[in-house]
Order: sequence, then C-alpha cells, then structure tokens
Amino acid sequence: MSRTETTPGSRNPQRDSSNGDVTRRYRRRSPGEPRAVGYLYALPAAVVFGLLILVPLGQSVFYSFFDWDGLSVATPAGLSNYTSLFTDPSLRAPFVHALVLLLFYALFPVLIGLLLAATMSRVKVHGLAFFRTVLFLPQVLAMVVVAVTWRWVYAPSGVLNEVLRRIGLGGLARAWLGDFNLALPAVGVAGTWVGFGLCMVLFIAGVQSIPRERYEAARLDGAGAFREFLAVTLPALRPQVAVAATLTIVAGLRNFDLIYLTTAGGPGNSTSVPAYEVYHRAFETGQVGAAAAIGVALTVLIFVLSVVVSRLIAGRDDR
Amino acid sequence: MPDIPRLSRRAVTAVAVAGALLAAGCSAPGSNNTPSGQSAKKPSAISTDPASAGKLTLRVWDQEVRGGQNQEITRLNQQFEKKYPNVTIKRTAKSFSDLKTTLKLALSGNNPPDAVEVNQGYPDMVSFVKAGMLLPLDSYSSVYGWKDRYPPTLLNLNRVNADATKFGTGKLYGLSQMGEYVGVYYNKKNLSAAGITPPKTWSQFESDLAKVKAAGQIPIQFGNLDKFPAIHTFGVIQAQATGDQTVRDLVYGSGGAKWTADKTVAAAQTLQDWVKKGYFPPGVNGIGYDDSNKAFGQGKGAFLITGTWAAADLKGPMGSSLGLMVPPASTGGSPTTTGGESLAFGITSKSSHADVAAAYINFLTDAHAQDVILQAGNLPAVPGPSAVQLAGAPVNQEMVAGWKSVNQSDGLVPYLDYTTPTFYDTITAALQNLIGQKSTPQQFAEKLQADVDAFHNG
Repeated sequence: MSRTETTPGSRNPQRDSSNGDVTRRYRRRSPGEPRAVGYLYALPAAVVFGLLILVPLGQSVFYSFFDWDGLSVATPAGLSNYTSLFTDPSLRAPFVHALVLLLFYALFPVLIGLLLAATMSRVKVHGLAFFRTVLFLPQVLAMVVVAVTWRWVYAPSGVLNEVLRRIGLGGLARAWLGDFNLALPAVGVAGTWVGFGLCMVLFIAGVQSIPRERYEAARLDGAGAFREFLAVTLPALRPQVAVAATLTIVAGLRNFDLIYLTTAGGPGNSTSVPAYEVYHRAFETGQVGAAAAIGVALTVLIFVLSVVVSRLIAGRDDR
Repeated sequence: MPDIPRLSRRAVTAVAVAGALLAAGCSAPGSNNTPSGQSAKKPSAISTDPASAGKLTLRVWDQEVRGGQNQEITRLNQQFEKKYPNVTIKRTAKSFSDLKTTLKLALSGNNPPDAVEVNQGYPDMVSFVKAGMLLPLDSYSSVYGWKDRYPPTLLNLNRVNADATKFGTGKLYGLSQMGEYVGVYYNKKNLSAAGITPPKTWSQFESDLAKVKAAGQIPIQFGNLDKFPAIHTFGVIQAQATGDQTVRDLVYGSGGAKWTADKTVAAAQTLQDWVKKGYFPPGVNGIGYDDSNKAFGQGKGAFLITGTWAAADLKGPMGSSLGLMVPPASTGGSPTTTGGESLAFGITSKSSHADVAAAYINFLTDAHAQDVILQAGNLPAVPGPSAVQLAGAPVNQEMVAGWKSVNQSDGLVPYLDYTTPTFYDTITAALQNLIGQKSTPQQFAEKLQADVDAFHNG
C-alpha cells in the first residue's frame, strides 16, 4: 500500500486538479506502476467482500447495542452488552479460557513444529515424506472425528487411563474431561495435536530454503546443534513463525467445534469459550444482542493480537 | 512502515460507514407483527373439510427424520393426500438441531411454511408467539375436540399466555404426536445376580441400590459429560421428593414456589449422596451419554435412568433381559416422572391455508394416527385402549403401559430446563458442580433460584 501512495501524481491534489486529463496522467507512469484503474479490477471482489463480510460485521455491531431475541422488536440496550463483558463473570470467564487455550492452540504447536523442523534439518531422516504425512494427518481430519476420538482417549475407561494403570500410575487416572481443573488443558492438548502439523510443514518448507552455506559456516565456527538453531534456523524462519503464529492464534480464538463436541463448555462452565457462547446465545437462548457483542469483542481481540504478534515476530522490516 | 495503521484506519472507517448506513436505514431489528397476526377465527367460520379448499400445496416443516418417526409421518402424509387428492403436501424434514436453527429465519420471512413443528419452551415457541408468528389454535381445538383427545398436562405444555411471558397456560399453539418420559431401565440378569426383584417403591429402590453396590456391580449406569443427562436423573429424584405439583409450580413459576425449599435441597443431597456412595460409575462428569447407554446395553450396570427414546437402541443388545418401569412411587404417592411430548405441530400466522393445516394436524394426531405411530415403534401421545397389546416387543409394551399409568395419575412433570430461557445453562452447570462435589446442595439450590429471580425481575 505504501508504495502506491508514494507514486508521483496520486497524492498531490494540486497536480490532480491542474491535470484533469486522465489518459495523460496515466501515460506518464512507467509500465507496471499501479494505476487507479486497478481498483476497477478489484471491484467485483470488493463488492463480494463488502456484502458478505463488511455488511454482516456492521450488522453485528448494530445488533450488539440491543436486547434482541432474534424475532420480536428489539429494545435498545446502550453499551450494557459490552459492559457486562467485564462485569459478568460468566462472560469474562470464556475470554480467560480462550487465552489459556492459546498456549495449547498457538504456542505449543509452534514450539513443537520448530523442534521437529530443526531436527529434520539436521538429521537425515529416512522416509521423511512418510513421517511428515503422519505428523500432518491430524490437520486433515474432520474436527468431529478428532473430538470423538479424544473423548474416547479421555474417558474413564479410555486409552489414556488404561495406559496409566498399566504403567503403575493408576492413581493419576481420572475422568479427564469431567475434571474441573484438567478439562481445559485436556481439550487444549487435543488442539495442540491438531495444530502442530501445519506449523511443522510450514517450518520444514522454510528450512529447506535456507542456504546450506549458512549451516556450513556455523559449523566451521564451531556451533553446536542448539547454537546453530538459534543463530541460523530460527532467524531465517521468522516469516514462517509469524504466519504460523497468526494462523494458530486466529484459529485458537475462534475455536468452537472442539469445545462444542467434547465438553459443551463443561464441567460447570470451566471450558466455555467466546465462540461457543456466541453460537449458544444467538441460536439456543435467543440473546442475539449479547451474542453480537461477544462476537465483536472477539473480532477486536483477534485483530489486535494478530497484529501485535506478527509485528513482534516478523519485525517491521523483515524483507 | 505505516501499512497496518493505515489499513486498520480504513477498515474502521468502512465498518463505521456500514454501521451508520444500517443504523440510518433501519430502526431496531425485529419484526413488528402484532401478536396473533391473523386473528383467531370463530369456530363457526372454520371449514373442517380440506376437500372444499380447492387445489393447493401445504408446506410442512418437521424434524421426524429418524427411523420409526420418519416411517409414521410418511405413511400419514400419503394417507392424507389420498383422502384429499386436491392437497399436495410438500414436506421439509430436518434434524432437530437443524430445524431449531433454521426455523426462526423461515418464520421471519414473508412466505413461511403453513405447518411447522415447534420446540416447546422460551427460546422457541414463546418467542415465536411473542413475535406473532404462530396462530392460536383454540377455535380449532373446540371444533375438533382436542381437549377431549389430550390430557390437560400435555395440552398445557403447548400453551403460551397472552403477553408471551409464560408458558404452560394461555392459548394453545400446537399439538404433539408422541410422548416421552424418563423411566428406569433395568437389567433383569444383573438384578437377579444381586438377589433382588424390580423395586415397587422408591425406598425399596434406594435400598436395592445399596444391595447392588454390595454385590460388586454398578447400581446406576450414568454419564454426564454431555451435561443434559443429569437434568433427567435429578428430575426423577426431585419429583419423588417434592411431588409432581411442586415441580410444575417451580417450572411454570406459579404459586411462589422456591427452588431453595427444603425438599428440592434434599433431592440435591440425595443425588450427591448417590455419587459419594458409589451408586454411579466413577467420573460421571467425564463419561459420554451414548457411551453410558452403550455400557448398560453391554450388561454393565443394574439400572439406567433415561428417556424412552433409548429403548430402541437398548432392545437390540439386551433382548429379554431389558426391563423398563416408571420410577417407583414413594410410599403412598402416585407415579410421577419427568417427561413431555414431541415438538408441537403449529400453524404459522401468515399461512393462507390455516383451515387445511388444522385439518392436517388433526389427522396427524387422531386415533387412527396414534395407531400408525405405535406400529412404527414410537410412543403415541394418547395411546388407544389396546395400545399395550399392539406395541410389540416387551419393552415397548412396558413403555406404553408406563405412559398410560403416569398420565392416568397426571404425574408427568415438565423438563426442568423449561424454567427460564437460560435455565438449561444454569442447571446443567450447577448439576455438574453438584456431582463433582464442587458445591453443596444449598449452594446448588441458590444458583437455580438466582436464575429464576433474575428472569422474573429482569
């Protein structure tokens, strides 16, 4: 965008007014320079984007200022739907849970992905394609399948507890998804399992584009595996890490299906998340205004977090 | 450098503009229908003969997509079309949750279906009535004699009051085809292994649980990961403790009944005691509902407290060792249990074929229809005199006989989550806390009462 704005002629109102002849104005540009006519090409997409994204977004913002059951006439609610996001513990808790889940949905997948990519960049793995496919598989599975599988894994007589009992740790066995303190991390682990494959594939692709010479240089300088990772791999992967972090954060914050299908927010409300509350309030309990307010708040949160994270990781002048 | 700030400034402007346009273009969201849009006809103006209505298409939305339910409605639709060749039924069948989420949109359009199946309760039927989208059926009821067809408890579930603030009383907005109730399933083999026979009274049931436990079996199979099952378990315990009328008063908010009253607290105490005594499998809050039913079907557990809808799945694996009874009444009391009826067939107020739709609903629920419903393996809302014999498998016979006995004593109590629009959330979370020993029975009751107070004062 900034490049567009600094091209001669497009920003200077004086010149624009003094030179109304559009064709002459364009002729002055060198070929390949962006031109105003380009917006015309973007128009169809812009119209679709506007109708399907911006208008509904505007509508949601509008609805969030009302108490509305979705059918009968709404009553204006002012900012109460927003203030209750801060005052009502049953609305505050889902946001806290979502932030906790970010550890599992974003941080851990990125770390595991980095670890795997670093390993694979150093060690010659036979059948790399096979392992890559297997590790990527959770990403491909439908979320319903993932959720049902993990419900079985965590069931009181499920795989996890069975393994614990076999290895003599039967004391740790429990109904994982029914435990008030552990249900949230338990769902989080399922999320990590789903998410790390994508990060790994992104990072492996990134590692492959790092020039071999850098590694050679590092080794000549006597760098060990860890040093080499910090000095060569990690800096070169910054753009990929930024992309992976943004994708996983967005996916983590708007996560709905995993919660809906495993715990439905329970036990008690200990795993409720904002996206689940939006669905629940809008479609099940007829609190459309409150649902819209949560949705808007969630949008803002996602927007802020992803900007901050991509800024922090990618840096401002990475290319 | 200023890429993102500029972008976001633009985005904000766009959103603000879109919002402003919307705000300028329309007033508060929601339809402005006057309640009961097409005002109720006088009984004398009603035509009960669809044949005289000319050629027309009746559009119907229902959720009867499962085996036996799909079978009965398909058969009845064919018979109706045969009887009235001028009427074509255009049926749209969706699963329960699909219907629940799409019906609102369909009803707010200008051309809604004629007859729709509506879920009872505040978020659905009551809000549709509030928005004037459903036609009151009282005139039809008096023409067709629906009051004599149904026991009052079943009709009341489909009633909404004039200002749409309460249900269970007021005008009639629909009729249901089928009944359902929470019963006590038992495994005959496991009972005799523990040296007991099916209990006849509630206190006998409680002492049987101890015996089964002592015999090293799971007394009651139960899984509450999906949150709703505990409503049924607690509902049954509460109904025995307080009696049916108290539960109805609590749910419909009448007579100043309080959830914090002693007997409801005692019922919560009983549920918590059963957990402590090991009457349920360990980790109840972490076991899925279907998984617990499956475990019972595989012979694990002496009793299972759940709805009649589970009979079809349990029948296969358990065969003749499966038994079903209404929760045994406390000594001197009459049988009572949680239950209800299938979604109600109602008529939309914008329908131009209301009389035909009413005749169709009448046809779907008359004595002949009840037989068709029964033969397809379902529990009809008002089974005929010889229904028990016609029901087929023993468990189906027990199911029909149980339904008849509960309705005879008018012992059916509504689902507890009908109490307020948010009560499902409140009670399911509170029950998980109670079962997980995270709250005392008193705290549990106070949580519920707080929800009710907020609803009535808010």
